[in-house]
Amino acid sequence: MSAHPQGVSVRLRGIRKSFRGVEVLRGIDLDIAPGEIFVMMGPSGSGKTVLLRHIIGLERPDAGEVLVDGKPLPEESGLGGVRMGMVFQSAALLNSLSVSENVGLYLEEHRVHPPHIIQRIVEEKLELVGLKGAGDKMPSELSGGMKKRVAIARALVSEPQLLLYDEPTSELDPLRSVTIGREILALNRRLGVTSVVVTHDRDLACGVANRVAFLSDGLVRFVGSPTELRANTDPLVRDFLTIDFDSNHSTSEIP
Amino acid sequence: MFRNIGEVALLGWQTLVALPYVWRQRRKVADQLFEIGNASLFMACLLSLFIGGVVALQSGPRLAERGIGGMLGGLIGLSVAEELAPVMMSILIAGRIGSAMAAEIGSMRVYQEIDALRTMNINPVHYLVLPRVVGITVGLPSLVIFSMIVGWGGGALVAVLNRDIGLTWAEYFNDLRLNVEAFDVAKGFIKSIAFAVVVGLVSCQQGLATIGGPRGIGRSVTKAVVNSIVLILILDYFLTRLLLVFQR
Ligand SMILES: Nc1ncnc2c1ncn2[C@@H]1O[C@H](COP(=O)(O)OP(=O)(O)OP(=O)(O)O)[C@@H](O)[C@H]1O
Ligand SMILES: [Mg+2]
Repeated sequence: MSAHPQGVSVRLRGIRKSFRGVEVLRGIDLDIAPGEIFVMMGPSGSGKTVLLRHIIGLERPDAGEVLVDGKPLPEESGLGGVRMGMVFQSAALLNSLSVSENVGLYLEEHRVHPPHIIQRIVEEKLELVGLKGAGDKMPSELSGGMKKRVAIARALVSEPQLLLYDEPTSELDPLRSVTIGREILALNRRLGVTSVVVTHDRDLACGVANRVAFLSDGLVRFVGSPTELRANTDPLVRDFLTIDFDSNHSTSEIP
Repeated sequence: MFRNIGEVALLGWQTLVALPYVWRQRRKVADQLFEIGNASLFMACLLSLFIGGVVALQSGPRLAERGIGGMLGGLIGLSVAEELAPVMMSILIAGRIGSAMAAEIGSMRVYQEIDALRTMNINPVHYLVLPRVVGITVGLPSLVIFSMIVGWGGGALVAVLNRDIGLTWAEYFNDLRLNVEAFDVAKGFIKSIAFAVVVGLVSCQQGLATIGGPRGIGRSVTKAVVNSIVLILILDYFLTRLLLVFQR
């Protein structure tokens, strides 16, 4: 494992996917550059999670292709030599393993380091997400936000070239959200890792993104820089970004 | 049920290919073995004692009536070694261990833990299926040997204590030793290896194929146990047939 992994590019071409006859992704084209922080926003149910799952090979598209680092993912299984990490929306910790076993799982299974070094890395990552000393806890003893942070720590240990975050801050308090946001930025600067962040958190999006995509109904409605996003006049995008309790424009356009 | 057989066979092949990695997973194999021993040793003992006992009770008095009571040792020796121990232990293990495998893997499937493994480039077959199948394939045959000995003992107890049979320990065990050859024990052993592989693969496959929520897990567990038992009984016939060819 090199100390400075380079981020990889992601290219999506005409991705279509249906579940039980319902088309969830309806032809997605996206190019994500190496080392970029790419944020995806969009209404609940618009297909963001499904799209992330395609990038990391957990789903196969009905049509179209996914190229990571210019190569399609291998047919059967495995990630084709690219190190990836994913923070699941539901954290998806292994419930029968302790927190530190969860975080160290990748290193342990791939025999990357001897045990004492693994232990050190695990402690380091847990400290990074503010969970120092929680290593012996079981996932069932954690709050939702703590699970999420363990999941982030777990995704970081492999020093991935591509990191996918599915709503990393959805269960965190504002302080932690900012910490995690800063960490996403820092990782990106330090390691050059390509990051794809799905979030509903408007501050996080504008705070970390190089570019933002707006998905709705399985299509990309908009791609551009945060500045361009804020200047966008598409009513759906506008509402999504600016709505609050006081604003008087309608919410009926949001499907 | 027969729709799954193809998938079970595929999983079997993938597990076979993964065998070189078994040393890496030795701790998990040991966990499985412990689980099998811990969960089943007492039950196996009880079950075997009564199986040997009931066969003695059924056939002992009838043999004695006809003046061939001395044959009881061989009769019980053979039926326990060739049939009863391997089949009954496999069914016990399907119920205790197979169900646990299906439930555990099924819940990992439903709660996306298996997806998480994939994103860490960890092959679920190596990580989950291999240690379980290897564990059960080592554990069940060992349990079967244990069960044979206890079953013979159970038969002996009844043969000696029951008035209508009234054998001595020596008579019983001498006849057993005379009639049960190493090959007969081996037959039971070989069968139990095959049954172990069936229970392990069927249960893991059901777990991996789980869809839906808690109800899906329940369905997988039921199917794992029922399919295992049906397959054990069908396979038992054909294995017996096959092993008869090697008898002489
Ligand atoms: N495995 C599946 N089987 C059937 N339908 C699915 C499956 N996965 C996703 N869907 C459907 O695909 C659509 C998009 O789901 P997805 O999880 O991608 O939404 P999302 O954009 O991540 O929403 P949220 O912001 O609420 O997480 C939903 O309508 C969902 O019902
Ligand atoms: Mg989602």
